[in-house]
Amino acid sequence: MASSAAASPASGEPPILPALLLLRTSDASLAAALRQRFRVLDSFASGQPIPAFLAAAAAATDPPRAAVVVAGGVVRVDAAFLDAVPSLRCVVNTGTGVDHVDLHECARRGVAVANSGTVYSVDVADHAVGMLIDLLRRVSAAERFVRRGLWPVQGDYPLGSKLGGKRVGIIGLGSIGSLIAKRLQAFGCVIYYNSRRPKDSVSYKYFPNVLDLASESDVLIVACALNKETRHIINKDVLESLGKDGIIINIGRGANIDEPELIKALKEGRIAGAGLDVFENEPKVPAELQSMNNVVLTPHIAVFTWESKSDMCDNTIANLQAFFSGKPLLTPVLP
Amino acid sequence: MASSAAVATVSAELPSLLLIRRLDPPFAAALRQRFRVLDFFASGEPLPAFLAAAASSPDPPRAAVIVGGGVVRVDAAFLDSVPSLRCIVGTGTGVDHLDLAECARRGVVVANAGAVYSVDVADHAVGLLIDVLRRVSAAERFVRRRLWPVHGDYPLGTKLGGKRVGIIGLGNIGSLIAKRLEAFGCIVYYNSRRPKDLVSYKYFPNVKDLASESDVLVVACALNKETRHVVNKDVLEALGKDGIIINIGRGANVDEVELIRALKEGRIAGAGLDVFENEPKVPAELLTMENVVLTPHIAVLTSESRSDLRDNTIGNLEAFFAGKPLLTPVLPM
Repeated sequence: MASSAAASPASGEPPILPALLLLRTSDASLAAALRQRFRVLDSFASGQPIPAFLAAAAAATDPPRAAVVVAGGVVRVDAAFLDAVPSLRCVVNTGTGVDHVDLHECARRGVAVANSGTVYSVDVADHAVGMLIDLLRRVSAAERFVRRGLWPVQGDYPLGSKLGGKRVGIIGLGSIGSLIAKRLQAFGCVIYYNSRRPKDSVSYKYFPNVLDLASESDVLIVACALNKETRHIINKDVLESLGKDGIIINIGRGANIDEPELIKALKEGRIAGAGLDVFENEPKVPAELQSMNNVVLTPHIAVFTWESKSDMCDNTIANLQAFFSGKPLLTPVLP
Repeated sequence: MASSAAVATVSAELPSLLLIRRLDPPFAAALRQRFRVLDFFASGEPLPAFLAAAASSPDPPRAAVIVGGGVVRVDAAFLDSVPSLRCIVGTGTGVDHLDLAECARRGVVVANAGAVYSVDVADHAVGLLIDVLRRVSAAERFVRRRLWPVHGDYPLGTKLGGKRVGIIGLGNIGSLIAKRLEAFGCIVYYNSRRPKDLVSYKYFPNVKDLASESDVLVVACALNKETRHVVNKDVLEALGKDGIIINIGRGANVDEVELIRALKEGRIAGAGLDVFENEPKVPAELLTMENVVLTPHIAVLTSESRSDLRDNTIGNLEAFFAGKPLLTPVLPM
């Protein structure tokens, strides 16, 4: 393996590959792409408990200056982690959400952070729209009806509801939220939004607070990052404001929604339905949701197309190469 | 029911209307307010007896509201049995149950549901396509079977953007589908009897060529002699193993037996079907496939379009009885 040649290079010998901490599972293509360019210290391959693995990496002759991480993975990138591997100067997250990264701590220490940028945005937007159509038009529920052989027995299926004219309130009008808005306009939906500040370049109606957005919307779509301000941004009051014909779509983070309150509201018919790709305790999906016919539940797949997997790999490598050649990261994240 | 007493006093003034369709209560009430309704399904009689009774009543019906889907064919025999009929209003878009040439020959005007359903059908077609490409319903099953914690991540889907979508039939529905898919970054191609001057999508004069250059084929055409099995073995072959079929036309637009074989053998990648050759029977082999999405002919079923259908039907009938042109006439091709 290349690591054995990581002594001082003489001419004709293979170049020294920079050490890289890999703190996530990787498919064959990501692993191969990384190994071609870096001396990969793979936490999963090492079989060691994380503290021992990090200690060994930090104590190596050429300790890693960069790490590849993922949300919901084996480490939180916080002070303790950064203390354990003080050689780290760059963290590349292979997802968009960085709620597992203490951005302020990284900034304090001059550790640059990159995420997947807009690699996933289109696929997440497409999935959000797919879930909305599914809910309004009962696609998955009707599918279950057919597969259980009920069509010949029970006849016609209950009516769905038209997309056109629905007022859709998007929470977070970043790259994903904007792509959702563009798609839904093609269906004749009316777009409203909330974000930290109004966006000058858009013509959609801005609502400074989510409660007001909810009271004027038929659908709420959570498309924002998870942070202190947005934890449980969908709470009991917002659900109340949305009302009994309202629908929630969540392609952000499970914790953007007060899940027990959502379930209660669904059970009591205080909102009409929900499309959820994310949950507070993945991969556990509350049993009460699993028996409801007016919800669409997908296992955090909004990012999962083979095209975006390949784009993520390219984006990860490009950020690492930029870092190691002293250039700015391509998709940096600031606190 | 109170209405029978009320109807007895006003019915002499209301024009007779033959009704061969089950209606929801608001629709039934709206018709009864305006017409003396001769309701086949309520009569419980066999069709020939019912038609004979209608034809021999003092005020035989000049108009009929007739459902599609194989309950009755409006052909020469039907029109002979109720010669008073001068107007047929279909409650769907498809008029494959009406012999348009025979109606035209007899001067019987025909209306259908016009564009009442077009948007909802287009939305449903797009929903089916996203579902097939992104495995939404299949992933749903995975979650509901409690497999997520056990089996970890779900197989990858594929992106919509950049997919070449070949639309067979660029009428109201096909055009609305095209507009929606453009917002997702799809590339739209189409086939229809003649190219459409005002669209910029690439036109293919035959479906097989369309299939060979498309990633997805969407059937959005009427069912008639030319389009029966328009998606056949050769077209499926031309579409290829990564190809997907979406059918929101009629089951008989697709050779269902060949489609099933192609799916089983992996010669195409998946299908989203809202219509089938023998509804409500869905072939058992489809029910166990993970790469198909099956819905029970619901593309038209929204509460908004139900109410639009009622307005459209009544609008056409009132126009006819007032001697005006129909709102949504259908002419033979």
